[in-house]
Amino acid sequence: MVIDALSWLLLTSGGLFVLIGGIGALRMPDLYTRMHASSLTDSLGPMLVLGGLALQTGLSLETLKLLIILLFMLITGPTATYALGNAAAVSGLTPAAPDLEDN
Amino acid sequence: MLVIFSLFLLSMLVVTAIAIIRSEDLFSAVMLSGIFSLLMALNFFVLDAADVALTEAAVGAGISTVLLLGALALVPNRERNSRRKRYTFVYLTTLSAIVLAISYASFDQPRVGDPAAPVHQHVAPWYLEKTPELIDIPNVVTAVLASFRGFDTLGEVYVVLTAGIGVLFILGNSRTGVLPRRREPKLTSSLKNHLIPRVVGRMLIPFIILFGLYVQFHGEYGPGGGFQAGAIVAAGIILYALLEGEGAALRVLSPYVLVGLAVGGALLYLGVGIACMLLGGAFLDYSVLAADPVKGQQMGIIVIELGVGLAVTGTLLSIFHAFAARDQ
Repeated sequence: MVIDALSWLLLTSGGLFVLIGGIGALRMPDLYTRMHASSLTDSLGPMLVLGGLALQTGLSLETLKLLIILLFMLITGPTATYALGNAAAVSGLTPAAPDLEDN
Repeated sequence: MLVIFSLFLLSMLVVTAIAIIRSEDLFSAVMLSGIFSLLMALNFFVLDAADVALTEAAVGAGISTVLLLGALALVPNRERNSRRKRYTFVYLTTLSAIVLAISYASFDQPRVGDPAAPVHQHVAPWYLEKTPELIDIPNVVTAVLASFRGFDTLGEVYVVLTAGIGVLFILGNSRTGVLPRRREPKLTSSLKNHLIPRVVGRMLIPFIILFGLYVQFHGEYGPGGGFQAGAIVAAGIILYALLEGEGAALRVLSPYVLVGLAVGGALLYLGVGIACMLLGGAFLDYSVLAADPVKGQQMGIIVIELGVGLAVTGTLLSIFHAFAARDQ
């Protein structure tokens, strides 16, 4: 029961983080800020969701598989973000500066 | 709950398809088609077709996207502006008629998963009933694919091989017959100077290959098999090519080895079929391969799956190198 409640807490908070990341990716002004919004939550969200799922499965082979998936996502997510940001910087995209445009 | 999820996935599919059609930037069209494949894989998974889902994710979302990006490097980035409105009425009428006809026909369709549906009453019960007895492996999909319908799968392997031959004929070099020798191309040299992707990629590649082998040889017990494994191993080596440059990947697996893998895998499959005939059975009837017919079936399935895996790896990598080498 406690484990169930904890697992649901983790699952919903993970879902919330992914949702926030999605809204951020839609609403932010340029690529860098969008990446900032979605990449951080895309690391934390799966961590929480997979943690919640691991609590649901109990201690079994599935837990190990979930942990491996988590490890994979933790390693590849930031790398993909780096590659994306780097590609944007190399191709000459400068961060938007709305304050300067207003003046 | 599952119904809501399926409806969500299906509507996302339609949205993505419309976005692909409407996007004039070919790069985003390629990315969207990758998303389309991932959604399709999820759809297959929701329908309990884990084998198909794995194939779709590996081939559709993974390899196809890389190949399309390779093709994109050869052509301009934007769609040519061809807004001819002459036959719009004809197109719209035809499309509406087809949509209406399909919608009308879909009322006659049985519900998804209905056990009384004709598709579940035809040969499927026989496969389900006889697989434990005749082949004795847990994954019926593999039994159907590799043994009962082995002839179909043989055809699929030769379709893959033919596609590879076609691409090599169009893009390959006539002198070596396989690949043009060029300077290090743009597509594959882009990540060479970046430390983080290289370190992470090098760390991941062994596990990707290991996972490919797992999928290859676990196909009798769970979702997997030669097609998926071939795509996964090819993806691992393509990642190596992206990180270390195409030349490094070609030093590991030279074009001749790749063509050898593709042809050898296809011939291995064919050879098993012919061996069955020589041993007195029918073409691709693996029962004669061992004293015990069930063991013979299992042996045949493992060998032909290996052939499929080799052929798919070789073909996909040959196609990838053919595209990458043409990139200026």
